[in-house]
Amino acid sequence: MTSPVGGPLLQLTLWRIRDFTREPEALFWVFAFPIILAFALGLAFSSRGPAVVRIAVEDGPGGRQLHESLDSLPDIESVLLAGDEAQRRLSTGRIALVAVAGEPALLRYDSTRSEANLARLVVENAIQEVSGRRDVREIREQRVTDPGSRYIDFLIPGLIGMNIMGTGLWGVGYGIVRQRNHKLLKRLLASPMRKSQYMLSHVLARMVFLVGEVGAVLLFGHLVFGVPVRGSLFSIAAIVFIGALTFSGIGLLVASRARTIEGVSGLMNLVMVPMWIFSGIFFAYSNFPEVLHPFIVAIPLTALNDALRAVMLEGASIVAVGGLLAIVAGWGLASFGVALKMFRWE
Amino acid sequence: MAQFIARMPESAISCRGLVKRYGSVVAVDGLDLEVSRGECFGMLGPNGAGKTTTIEIIQGLLEPDAGEVRVLGLGWDSHEPELRQRMGSQLQETKLAERLTVRETVTMFRSFYREGCAVDEVLQQVQLQEKRDSWIVKLSGGQRQPLAVACALVCRPEILFLDEPTTGLDPQSRRQLWEIVSGFGRDGGTVLLTTHYMEEAEQLCDRVAIIDHGQIIALGSPQQLIASLGAEDVVEFALENAGSVESSALATLPGVHHVRVENGTVHLTVRRVHEAVPALMELLAQRGARLSELLTHHATLEDVFLSLTGRHLRDD
Repeated sequence: MTSPVGGPLLQLTLWRIRDFTREPEALFWVFAFPIILAFALGLAFSSRGPAVVRIAVEDGPGGRQLHESLDSLPDIESVLLAGDEAQRRLSTGRIALVAVAGEPALLRYDSTRSEANLARLVVENAIQEVSGRRDVREIREQRVTDPGSRYIDFLIPGLIGMNIMGTGLWGVGYGIVRQRNHKLLKRLLASPMRKSQYMLSHVLARMVFLVGEVGAVLLFGHLVFGVPVRGSLFSIAAIVFIGALTFSGIGLLVASRARTIEGVSGLMNLVMVPMWIFSGIFFAYSNFPEVLHPFIVAIPLTALNDALRAVMLEGASIVAVGGLLAIVAGWGLASFGVALKMFRWE
Repeated sequence: MAQFIARMPESAISCRGLVKRYGSVVAVDGLDLEVSRGECFGMLGPNGAGKTTTIEIIQGLLEPDAGEVRVLGLGWDSHEPELRQRMGSQLQETKLAERLTVRETVTMFRSFYREGCAVDEVLQQVQLQEKRDSWIVKLSGGQRQPLAVACALVCRPEILFLDEPTTGLDPQSRRQLWEIVSGFGRDGGTVLLTTHYMEEAEQLCDRVAIIDHGQIIALGSPQQLIASLGAEDVVEFALENAGSVESSALATLPGVHHVRVENGTVHLTVRRVHEAVPALMELLAQRGARLSELLTHHATLEDVFLSLTGRHLRDD
């Protein structure tokens, strides 16, 4: 009994796909984890009214009175505490600010924490108001909850970018290093297998899974949170395709010499952690000092996330994000080039 | 050089002056080797003798520091793609992809070659038909080695390279693998294998090179090598109370060819056991020494290695 064998490229790609689909943990991290993350973060940030500020009032002259007047306000939750206990809670982050009654009133807080800054503004405003301040102008509020401008809308493209980075590096890098470690690369080298086809099979297998992993997050965001897709699906597909190629190349580079799983894991973290921090996955990189921005923008994941957000949320065309895609592709080409030169088969 | 090339057609493997160094360690030290087509050739030696380095250089997986290699009359520099099509290889310590099935693995290797046999045919040959749909991670060691050999045989190679094919296998699996290799040889294939099991070399190989410290220290058919001891049998004995008899007295006994003492055990290499043993008994009786142990066996390649190096092939 015989059956058609198919070409070596098909067989190598099938190998990659089988390796992945037969490993339940890998499936979880690639497909389920980003969705769980999106769901958790989406719930935490999307349906929330004005934030409640948690503070303490130090027990002392006028303390109880200040505590009662602040605690009665809807956006402040106050506790009356002895000085050292209040200080302890402040330093462990359980409260954002400590208020001390007196003339002048004292507000103690850590200005590097964003919720502490918010607490300072809210508490100062409240103290002025209960002390009889009259506002000179009236302010009207309008809360924005339109799809496209919420946190979840910001988050979903970031998660897609993060996933493309993670699966590119892990999917390609981990597999290669394991095969090198198992002397399987050497065995392949003893056969007439073409090295280029081996490399290509890793990239092709990534493309197969890409459809599922990006599609799952996109669809989830759209169905559950109504995250809009304002640009064309073709543009998104093109961006995702270029991004996946680039991160496959970086995965190949990271795996080009490493002998052990531990070694390659360290290298991957070295590559991925800066991007997790700087590339605007969970929060905008505009939070970083302006002098860093030129560097942050040049990182491949930043460019990928910016391009995805522009197309999804602003409906930008593929041409409009051409510059960003050039940055992404540039990293990819450079990585492939260096990886092919450096690659060791044993 | 012209003469060298003229001999090519019948030569499957030909090496001249191979040298490979790792830092200050010389793994292969000026090794020459000639393997004819259709021959099963074994490199026998202890661990670290340079067998693996040599077989990997011959397979074009390592670059020698000096020397020349020709396989099927061709050089690796000029004919790598063609040579890879015509050879099959099993390497030491290769772990095949755990989550592929037996059949998927062999099918993948088959796809690399222009010509070869049907996957099921080769699985039949190595008796893995029943396991064809099992994941490799679920196979025993005794099933993984035949699979590695199946991956090497699926291209119907002219030369088969086997690097310690039966290391770590139980006796039954070992014999089964020998049967597969013998079958390949009967069909006219050339085999180059390394081993540190002397039974394996004796069973399988037409010729054996005994390798130590990166050099061939003896070469010939297993029968020739054993005959080179000058005697076909070995008598081993030990005395009670750690007694001893001087070697010079033992050497003059009839039929004794060589005397060697190791850890209180005396090894006599003898030509005629029926003469040597009674003479030994008489000598011991004269000395009032009593035996605590006596055994005789036919000489093996292990004895050849021992007499050449004073060491055993295996430490265990």
